[in-house]
Amino acid sequence: MPDDAMIEAPTKTDVEALIKGKFGSKAVFRQTTKKNSKADNEGRRLYIDTDRDTLYELCQYVHDRLNFEHIIAVTGVDWVDHMQTVYHITNYLTGMVVEITTDIPNDDPHVRSVSDIWEGANWHEREAYELFGIIFDNHPKLERLLTPKSYEFYPFRKSYKLRGQPDE
Amino acid sequence: MGYDSILNWVTFDNPVNNAFYPFEVYNVPYDIGAKLWELLGGTIAWLINLLIPGNGLSTWLVSDAVVNAFAIILMVVVIFAVGFIVNLTMIWQERKVMGRGMDRRGTKIGPLGYLQCLGDGLKTFMKENVVPKSIDKKIYWWALALIIGTAVLAACMIPLSDRWFIMDYHAGILMVYALFALAPFFILGASWAQNNKYSMMAGFRAAELMISYEIPMLILMTAVILQTGSFNINSIVNAQSEMWFMVPQIIGFFTFFVCAVAESERSPFDLAEAESELVEGWQTEYAGMKWGLIMLGDYFRGYVCCGLIVILYMGGWLLPFGYGGTAVPELVFLAKIFAVFFFFIMARLAIPRVRIDQILNVGWKVLMPLSVINLLLVVVMQTGGLI
Amino acid sequence: MSELSRTGYQTDKMWVTMGPQHPFSHGLWTLRIKVDGEYILDAEPEVGYLHRGWEKECENRTYAKIIPMADRLCYSASMTWSHLYCKVAEEALDIELPERAQYLRVIADEICRIQSHLMWLAALGTDLGNLTIFLWCLREREFFLDLNVRLCGQRLTTNYPRIGGVRNDMPYYFERDCMRVVDRFENSLWDIINLTDESSVFVSRLKGISYLTKKQVANLGITGPAMRGCGVDYDVRRDDPYAAYDKLDFEVPVLKDGDAYARYRVRVEEMFQSCEIIRQAFNALQKIPKTAPYRLKVSKNIPAGTHMAHIEDPRGDALMYLVSDGSGSPYRLKVRSPVFVNVSASKAMLDGCRIADIPAVMAMIDMCLGETDR
Repeated sequence: MPDDAMIEAPTKTDVEALIKGKFGSKAVFRQTTKKNSKADNEGRRLYIDTDRDTLYELCQYVHDRLNFEHIIAVTGVDWVDHMQTVYHITNYLTGMVVEITTDIPNDDPHVRSVSDIWEGANWHEREAYELFGIIFDNHPKLERLLTPKSYEFYPFRKSYKLRGQPDE
Repeated sequence: MGYDSILNWVTFDNPVNNAFYPFEVYNVPYDIGAKLWELLGGTIAWLINLLIPGNGLSTWLVSDAVVNAFAIILMVVVIFAVGFIVNLTMIWQERKVMGRGMDRRGTKIGPLGYLQCLGDGLKTFMKENVVPKSIDKKIYWWALALIIGTAVLAACMIPLSDRWFIMDYHAGILMVYALFALAPFFILGASWAQNNKYSMMAGFRAAELMISYEIPMLILMTAVILQTGSFNINSIVNAQSEMWFMVPQIIGFFTFFVCAVAESERSPFDLAEAESELVEGWQTEYAGMKWGLIMLGDYFRGYVCCGLIVILYMGGWLLPFGYGGTAVPELVFLAKIFAVFFFFIMARLAIPRVRIDQILNVGWKVLMPLSVINLLLVVVMQTGGLI
Repeated sequence: MSELSRTGYQTDKMWVTMGPQHPFSHGLWTLRIKVDGEYILDAEPEVGYLHRGWEKECENRTYAKIIPMADRLCYSASMTWSHLYCKVAEEALDIELPERAQYLRVIADEICRIQSHLMWLAALGTDLGNLTIFLWCLREREFFLDLNVRLCGQRLTTNYPRIGGVRNDMPYYFERDCMRVVDRFENSLWDIINLTDESSVFVSRLKGISYLTKKQVANLGITGPAMRGCGVDYDVRRDDPYAAYDKLDFEVPVLKDGDAYARYRVRVEEMFQSCEIIRQAFNALQKIPKTAPYRLKVSKNIPAGTHMAHIEDPRGDALMYLVSDGSGSPYRLKVRSPVFVNVSASKAMLDGCRIADIPAVMAMIDMCLGETDR
């Protein structure tokens, strides 16, 4: 099969082999330890850790070559010493979900936006921006979405305490 | 001079004998008006005569000229009152039938829910008069007054029988239709005056709709007039004494029905007030009692449409199959109006709203050719001697 | 492009704001559209009026207390959201649900699906101007809400699933009542279809507007019946099964046309399929002994790790992503709402439509603001 043809319905072993082949050590596969998870046992989940420089290429590869057409969500997580973005991407034909996690340093919270690969990520990235302060480069319209435009803080960061939460 | 009995002053004589009697045939509202005035004016005249016997004012009050004048005024009031009550009954009918169709009660107050409309009217009457600041005042108020005014005028001009009319004009049907067709202009004016994007869009839509549906209606009316040979409403009705015009002009009947539903701005053609798209459409800024009057005006126009259908196609106040007139032709006419309105309500119950371009498509591409075909059929049948 | 010659002011294309208070928008959101006469050139939805900071609030609560909160994510399809939350917690605890609980959850989900679709159909009828559809659909919906009451005591925000199972076993009369309602519904839905599908006005309002291709749908992230009406054959219940769905045999309606009418047909057909699923689930339940457990005891703390779960909500593909840190409260709980993404694709959906088509097209997403804004 030619090198850049799209595989319509890749199995879990296919995906692992192809990604390892192309990205080597940059894409780290987390092994799942769950015994009772139906999806894990039937090979429909894959968890990948990557760094933010390879993120865009990996997403492109997963979309173009492996036919993962649908991005479910882009999540932001605030681990106090660094941030994280998590991408969940699905393949319609196999029902497989790939979870890609990227660490982002606190002092330089930039990461390349994937909204030109999947337009469905557009609003998710806006939401992650307004709630966590993660800046997505090359996003067409990075503005506040759910919170009022006049807010200047990022509500979902751990540094923002809700009323009733004890201050450390 | 002896004691003058009141019966000298209050004499219920035949109004036709009045020197100034304006009509050619017996007219019931005029009669009611004349009798009312004789009661009222005659009593006043008698009282004044008791105080000042033989004065000129009393005799003047019961003279022919004065009786005639007041009879005409009261005749108009009677006709309006009856029209108004018929209209309220039509609103009640609509609410009840729509309610039952939707598996709910409809109206509640009064026997069978009849007095609900009165209650709602009272409530609307007591609402605050809210007027936006940046409207065009002249057009705002004048358009409102004219919409309702012409609607009521057209409704009063529809005769309920050959002895219940305001005026037996020789071009009666044209007169009614002319007043009825003035509405699009006032709607455009009203929508412009409100200084509101939505109202303007809705006003355009409503005007478009009405203008395009008036043309098939006119062509269909021409066919009926051709078959009758006269514009007079009486003649049209009397020409249907053997066979209702619905039978030879069946295509015309259904086409006129659709046009009438469209002209009275009812669902499925009520896009001018399409609540889910443009809030209230061209009535957005008319709040409270003004909106109540516009809604009433809409129902008056619905009444005019039903009246036109009954006069043109369903034999007016005559019974079918050549049975001819009855003792109370007014009730026959009203029964037919309610029957036609029932089908208007059914159309509203079952059919969702049609989009503006689809409505114009139907109006120009389907209804107008049908009305011309109808006219053609009538001409052919007349020259062939069938009708 | 017409301009006033003196000032250069654009006079033909204008931005119209529909909302936030507007009869057709079921919920509080604004749709700004750029119109040229009657045609729409651009659309921009503005949401966020109902943003409650749900995800942050969850970090303050124990795992059990979040279940009623999950109900209020989408108040008209609450059973599926609390099911989703319990599912992600069970993934984290790595437990397997007892069979009885699985089937009960399936039945409750499908009742929720039918009830939510009936509400959608009622709203669609009103938007198109036919109030009769509204009242008849709500009348049918009342029967399903009554079933909810019998099962768990609440009509809308049911609070029925628990981490490890369900709150209570179904009462002894529930199967009989449910079968009665389902049998009646399969007949009375045909009455409603006579008002909709058989009415050429209704069909002509929906047919031929708002075409979307498969590629567009996949790219924009539109899920649910809106996606299946455009030819994409994907349903989480069948392709990534959870609860007892892999043991049940049902069809997923998919239509290739891609217009608003196809999306409407898919939802109506889904209601019929849900009736089938409920029947099969009850048949399967009869084979499970009545004393089988319906709820497992679980620990209060969830071990540290990241977990995700996704289910087929009546509106699309709903996902929850849980980051736990070993304590009794979640560290981060992310909710992915299907309507959030569907509404972001408004521009593509309204491409080439007229203003009069907006209610019809927007009704196909079935807006529910609670889950959009969280």
